[in-house]
Amino acid sequence: MTKAVQHSDVTHQYLRIKKRFPNVWCAGCGIGTVMGSIIRAVDFMEYKKDEVALVSGIGCSSRLPVYCDFNTLHTTHGRALAFATGVKIAKPNLKVIVITGDGDGLAIGGNHFIHACRRNIDITTILINNRIYGMTGGQFSPTTPWHANASTAPYGNMERAFDPAALAIAAGASYVARGTVYHVQQLDKLIIGGLQKRGFALIEAFSNCHTYYGRLNKEGDAVAMLNWMKDHALPVKAAAALPPEKREGKLLTGVLHDVEMAEYCDEYQKLVDRLQTKQEA
Amino acid sequence: MSNDHTPVRRLMQGNEACALGAIYAGCRYFGGYPITPSTEIAEGMARMLPRFGGRFIQMEDEIASIASVIGASVAGVKAMTATSGPGYSLMQENIGYAFMAEVPCVIIDVQRGGPSTGLPTKVSQSDTMQARWGTHGDYYAIAVAPASVRECFEQTVKAFNFSERFRTPVTLLSDEVIGHMREMVNVPEPGQLEVFDRVRPDVPAEWYHHFEITPNLVSPMASFGEGYRYNITGLTHDQEGFPTANPVEIKNKMDKLKYKISRFADELIQLETEMMDDAVMCVFAYGIAARAARQAVAMAREKRVRVGLIRPITIWPFPDDRIRQLMEEARVKVALVTELNMGQMVNEVQRLVPRHCRVEQLNRYDGEILNPVEIFKRIMEVKP
Ligand SMILES: Cc1ncc(C[n+]2csc(CCOP(=O)(O)OP(=O)(O)O)c2C)c(N)n1
Ligand code: SF4
Ligand SMILES: [Mg+2]
Repeated sequence: MTKAVQHSDVTHQYLRIKKRFPNVWCAGCGIGTVMGSIIRAVDFMEYKKDEVALVSGIGCSSRLPVYCDFNTLHTTHGRALAFATGVKIAKPNLKVIVITGDGDGLAIGGNHFIHACRRNIDITTILINNRIYGMTGGQFSPTTPWHANASTAPYGNMERAFDPAALAIAAGASYVARGTVYHVQQLDKLIIGGLQKRGFALIEAFSNCHTYYGRLNKEGDAVAMLNWMKDHALPVKAAAALPPEKREGKLLTGVLHDVEMAEYCDEYQKLVDRLQTKQEA
Repeated sequence: MSNDHTPVRRLMQGNEACALGAIYAGCRYFGGYPITPSTEIAEGMARMLPRFGGRFIQMEDEIASIASVIGASVAGVKAMTATSGPGYSLMQENIGYAFMAEVPCVIIDVQRGGPSTGLPTKVSQSDTMQARWGTHGDYYAIAVAPASVRECFEQTVKAFNFSERFRTPVTLLSDEVIGHMREMVNVPEPGQLEVFDRVRPDVPAEWYHHFEITPNLVSPMASFGEGYRYNITGLTHDQEGFPTANPVEIKNKMDKLKYKISRFADELIQLETEMMDDAVMCVFAYGIAARAARQAVAMAREKRVRVGLIRPITIWPFPDDRIRQLMEEARVKVALVTELNMGQMVNEVQRLVPRHCRVEQLNRYDGEILNPVEIFKRIMEVKP
């Protein structure tokens, strides 16, 4: 109880309380939980509000920055990472955090996503995966499971889903983690891990869109969907000890990938330094 | 000082001149994607920018290129991209974002024939209207069209000045011929050309509104990371940058986008005229098409045809008042509009000429430039 109160005290310091509330989200939506985690992670890192840039695309998830008292850039659908790349390169000492959705980051923005991973640019990306297009009313997304229902898949989804984490690892990200909006303390830690990483970090935050995904797939309300997360999440470390059949249908959570690699802005700075010393000589 | 890499007088390409002009204007970020006939601009920037402490990045496509350019500008760095037709089309949604979010940036479109992949290595002026109306919605656009290599340099500097002055994206419309043509250019010394930097706020953060409606309608612009924390969105927003559905705020925002440019058009208009004093006819041309038009006018003058040349360098906003005035003062009876497209600017001229003036056209859209002889012949055909 005391802990919860503490949490809310921290988050309130970072919200545009007077200006932007109430918010656009449905009651019980997981996006607000992710917002709390991001704020606590920033607070833990002791970043100044002025040095944090929150960049997003378009979608329910991408509305998150508007409520936060940082430098906030709400861009076009799918393009958050491309905008953020310019921000980061132009001002490398900014802590750039991208908020995206499964549609925003993996469908329309899929190309930017893999290339940002490949460049290993120091951006922490939080992909709020609710497995559906929430904002436009429940159409299927690249993470909608095979055979699941969506408003544009009334007979079940015929496409197979992306695993965002596997995609990011394959594309060259240096830190990849998955958490859920049920496991909030873990999510805080995973985001802190991403912020600490010098390089591209992806944190997939598995979230509930009970309004569309839940309703169309008979998974119930927000509480029922959170219970599903509670029952199906499997920490990677625990999973390692289990036989494959026990891992079937589970959601692997925790840090999935963590390596040290040259970071894009650092490399470019080295080039500038090299050319400028040559000029002086 | 910073220019020890630019010899004072040099033979150079239009594309190279654009890159040098950008550096001169203080551009320190370039995000682009290769496309003929613009690629030399990216290559020039890739070579020069790190030497000037700037940053060049080749993005994964043109959508990302312009997005990153806008991001860099928001972070406080003058930024540019360069492309050609197909890439310019891809950029349009985010160019609209730059209009809405009032982010200064420069887009160079080295035009080639279209639609679609069209004519990658052939000249065209068919993006004239795209530079005005390319993205969806209502907005006022600024575009300049150089007609020589020297002007590529100067107009790139102007494009940056305009974008910084008006907090808006500016397009420079070059083309395959000007981009690749070589001419001798006296590279301006630092300080020789005006370089304008965006106005920064001089109020404490609590009082700062990123989209404040000021007397000249352009809001001072703080960069990310400077202690002014604000929101930027492509959603229609209030003066603080927060989305709005309030009809009054919506109209205020839209009016701001229009009037910050239209009311100050005098600062933007660049128009050159030749031999208009006694003219009863004018040739109206811009960009590459104006070079041949100038020669054709001289040829016709030798045949005692009282013809002059009107050449806008700033093509958007269109110089309505100046054209109207010129046409009336000079009692022009025929206006011949020559363009390398099927007729785009001609409609703007048509809209402005007095009743006694006939508008004629000469168009080429076969990938070739108009030559002076064909324009001369057309003058002789349609002269009053
Ligand atoms: C270019 C473009 N195409 C389509 C849209 C409409 N649109 C807005 S949000 C959205 C989907 C968002 O899905 P997701 O990223 O998963 O976010 P969620 O709402 O689920 O959080 C779409 C298709 C748009 N705004 N822009
Ligand atoms: S529609 Fe879905 S994703 Fe959007 S706010 Fe509601 S519950 Fe959340
Ligand atoms: Mg979604």
